[in-house]
Amino acid sequence: MVLKIVKYNAGNIQSVLFALERIGVEAEVTDDVEELQSADKVIFPGVGEASTAMDYLKARKLDQVIKELKQPVLGVCLGMQLMCAYSEENDTDCLGIFEEQVLKFDSSGSELKVPQMGWNNIYDLKSPLMKNVKEDSYCYFVHSYYASLGEHTIATTNYTKPFSAALSKGNFYGVQFHTEKSANAGEQILKNFIEMPRP
Amino acid sequence: MKELIRDSERLSGSPFRGRGGLTKRIIPCLDIKDGRTVKGVNFENIRDAGDPVELGALYAQQGADELVFLDITATVEKRKTLSQLVNRIAHKINIPFTVGGGIGSVEDVSVLLQNGADKISVNTAAFRNPQLLNDLAKEFGSQCVVLAIDTKQEEDGEWYVYLNGGRTKTEAKCFDWAKEAVDRGAGEILLTSMNNDGTKKGFALDITKMLSKNLPVPVIASGGGGTMEHFTDVFEQGKADAALAASIFHFKEITIPDLKGYLRDKGIVVRM
Repeated sequence: MVLKIVKYNAGNIQSVLFALERIGVEAEVTDDVEELQSADKVIFPGVGEASTAMDYLKARKLDQVIKELKQPVLGVCLGMQLMCAYSEENDTDCLGIFEEQVLKFDSSGSELKVPQMGWNNIYDLKSPLMKNVKEDSYCYFVHSYYASLGEHTIATTNYTKPFSAALSKGNFYGVQFHTEKSANAGEQILKNFIEMPRP
Repeated sequence: MKELIRDSERLSGSPFRGRGGLTKRIIPCLDIKDGRTVKGVNFENIRDAGDPVELGALYAQQGADELVFLDITATVEKRKTLSQLVNRIAHKINIPFTVGGGIGSVEDVSVLLQNGADKISVNTAAFRNPQLLNDLAKEFGSQCVVLAIDTKQEEDGEWYVYLNGGRTKTEAKCFDWAKEAVDRGAGEILLTSMNNDGTKKGFALDITKMLSKNLPVPVIASGGGGTMEHFTDVFEQGKADAALAASIFHFKEITIPDLKGYLRDKGIVVRM
């Protein structure tokens, strides 16, 4: 199994590599189009800001490449947000794989802080990506923007309001939380992705 | 499942309503000296408490929500040792961890993040050169920049910032520095009360609450946790987002599963 991680200007992916290593999977980080296209699985990670990341992807035509991948693709955190249609973060048009919109948390009138930072639970779990993950499992989140609920939602979390903790459509999956830092639940989800058959 | 629903009903009206909701975090802190975990009382009298990687993995397995590793002897020569230790920790641990101690530049942080740290904490160097916070936030994002403040309440009732592991007093007030740091890009505050640290008489509730209520970033309360009630107090009265402790965990006076069970029974949302 060949697993590739998309290399771009969005944050530190070392933790993702270590997490994969812990479950016995080797991965390579690359921005080479052919390598990404020929991989069995692709992870699209990311921590950072949406418009800068999109500009970088577009400049290298990686936006088109990612959209057209046929194998299972997992977006994590900013990666998932970039797979949505649009992000309020600097008014950014994103890849449009998922129709859901990415909006900023509105914490006015509550004691909640933005970003949401820490452990929250995921519920209403659907999709093989969530196989053997218990309802209400806790996962680790760090984010100021969230994807709205929609037809592609496969896990929900509540912070100021219910939002999409995970999305899936065809061969594309996205998780808002950091699977690589979400203890056993995160490892299970990574394993499920690794075992996902090619559609 | 039933318990979670019961919790969320009991908490209706609180900002942590809904299904579970964002939890309060319990963070064991491992002070590192020459590669070993140590713990002092009031920043002195250092005792040995074991191998940091083993201890960290044990805490993660027991349900710790995050770990903090502070290299209290970090010097230029030792930084390489620290990054190797961070690398070992990152291989083994599946929860977030923060590394601090002697970090003074973007390059220092870059090395630690490349070795698998999720966040770094800065203290004296950021106070001496506040632009460091802007630079780190710009380069790596605020989410991985933790500002650690050692603070002490003086006879005039004010909380002052101390540097160099509590050895150097400044004239800066704790809240003013915390606010400036957040404006510059710190994403979280790790607040240690020197009056409380090592005493096991409870956290400093007032200053924790003042920072937590008035700053838009999470506040980790540190110093003084000695009983499980102290943790309830710091979450409920101190409004802390997370609580950090060291020796009570290292010397098994309180275990993390017991503490979390206790907090849950008190209606505080914790990850079980």
